[in-house]
Amino acid sequence: MINNIIKISIRFILLVLLQVLIVQNIRLGSYIILFPYILFILLLPFETPKLIVLACAFFTGLTIDMFYDTAGMHAAACTLIGFSRYYILKLLSPREGYDPGLIPNVDSMGSVWFITYSAIIIFIHHLFFFYLEIFRFDEFFHTLLRVILSTIGTFCFVYVVQFLFYKTDKNK
Amino acid sequence: MKNLLNFLYRNNFFFVFLFLEFICIWILIKNNGYQGSSLLNSSNKISAKVYEVEAGAKEYLLLKEENERLAKMNTFLLNRIKLGYAAIPLKTYKKNDTLYKQEYEFMSGKAINSSVNKRNNYLTLNIGAAQGITHDMAVITSDGIIGIVKDVSENFSSAMSILHKDVRVNCQLKKDGTYGPLIWDGTDYRFSNLTDIPTHAKIKKGDTVITSSLSGIFPEGILVGFVDSYEQRPNESYYTVKVKLSADLKKVNHVSVIKYHYKTERDSLELKSQVQSDK
Repeated sequence: MINNIIKISIRFILLVLLQVLIVQNIRLGSYIILFPYILFILLLPFETPKLIVLACAFFTGLTIDMFYDTAGMHAAACTLIGFSRYYILKLLSPREGYDPGLIPNVDSMGSVWFITYSAIIIFIHHLFFFYLEIFRFDEFFHTLLRVILSTIGTFCFVYVVQFLFYKTDKNK
Repeated sequence: MKNLLNFLYRNNFFFVFLFLEFICIWILIKNNGYQGSSLLNSSNKISAKVYEVEAGAKEYLLLKEENERLAKMNTFLLNRIKLGYAAIPLKTYKKNDTLYKQEYEFMSGKAINSSVNKRNNYLTLNIGAAQGITHDMAVITSDGIIGIVKDVSENFSSAMSILHKDVRVNCQLKKDGTYGPLIWDGTDYRFSNLTDIPTHAKIKKGDTVITSSLSGIFPEGILVGFVDSYEQRPNESYYTVKVKLSADLKKVNHVSVIKYHYKTERDSLELKSQVQSDK
């Protein structure tokens, strides 16, 4: 249990640093903006109580806000996905339920399951975030294009990065 | 009452969610004003420190380019002052003159973080309240305008870049003084749009765009960029001019922050006359 908390905290710090120091400097034009830090919320273990997930998501969002000067926008988007994660997991649950002690990644659930799961959550996050950022509708299609392209970008990034984490888990 | 508590308890997940979202929106709205709290932006201690370390590493890589630019700027300034001294040891450049009063004061600093690819871009500078920075000061480089200071902490400040949806800098065409606000449409960081230019103005590609003194933040005559193209959009009686920005916002390092000495006086006077005429 303690071991797990330490592992999750390290994952949190690594992902925030990855986001702030590396990904923030990857510039693919103004349409593709990557937010792979939400992988932290995606990878919380299945049996984490739903209120804890919500709190973790809120806190992660606030941390990113601190670095991105977005004051509450990331926190709002993250809280939303922390909330919807519970229902999405319920919706995608296999017949016999989830095995305790697992984390939702490709290794434990298979790639098809993970693609559906992460794509839905990333899309919700980006949709909410980009419209909150612009906060008006006169650039509607502009923003929509941005949401779709960024979702694809973040998804590819997340898919690759999550391999990094389960490799280290397996060695232990 | 008991039923209400029961209801709240049964749906606690949803209500905690609503409560957290409410906090987020509250932070967001509070920060939209100019005097928003500086706890949650990049001028706070932790994030500023991280960015400072990062900028230190980056600066090393850009050293050659930056040196060339500084050398160029130095010769330019030396040619202008026609006096025998080269080095100015102070961080603040003040000049006393009996014929002219100094309206604007320049302070030098460094951008330790910046972005160009978001819809609302910000810069973090390594100078803050201790160095005399307050909000609403102009930020420029030797190439052109960069942004406006928004929040300050003790030793850092956070500035809105001109690539921000809420930043409108009043600019004018150098040759005839036609002016309008410069607004970024969020697509390309190299270009911005100068709007509300009357259709009788004679614009040519390559015309110089400079700041106008109407803004009360930027001194008049600082280079903004050059006209790239212009069009009259349907249902509008004004030209929208696409301006190629002269400053490269992707490579901001050394900046100057400009303090307008008469800002409070000017603002309060303008406000007073507005209030009087409204009566």
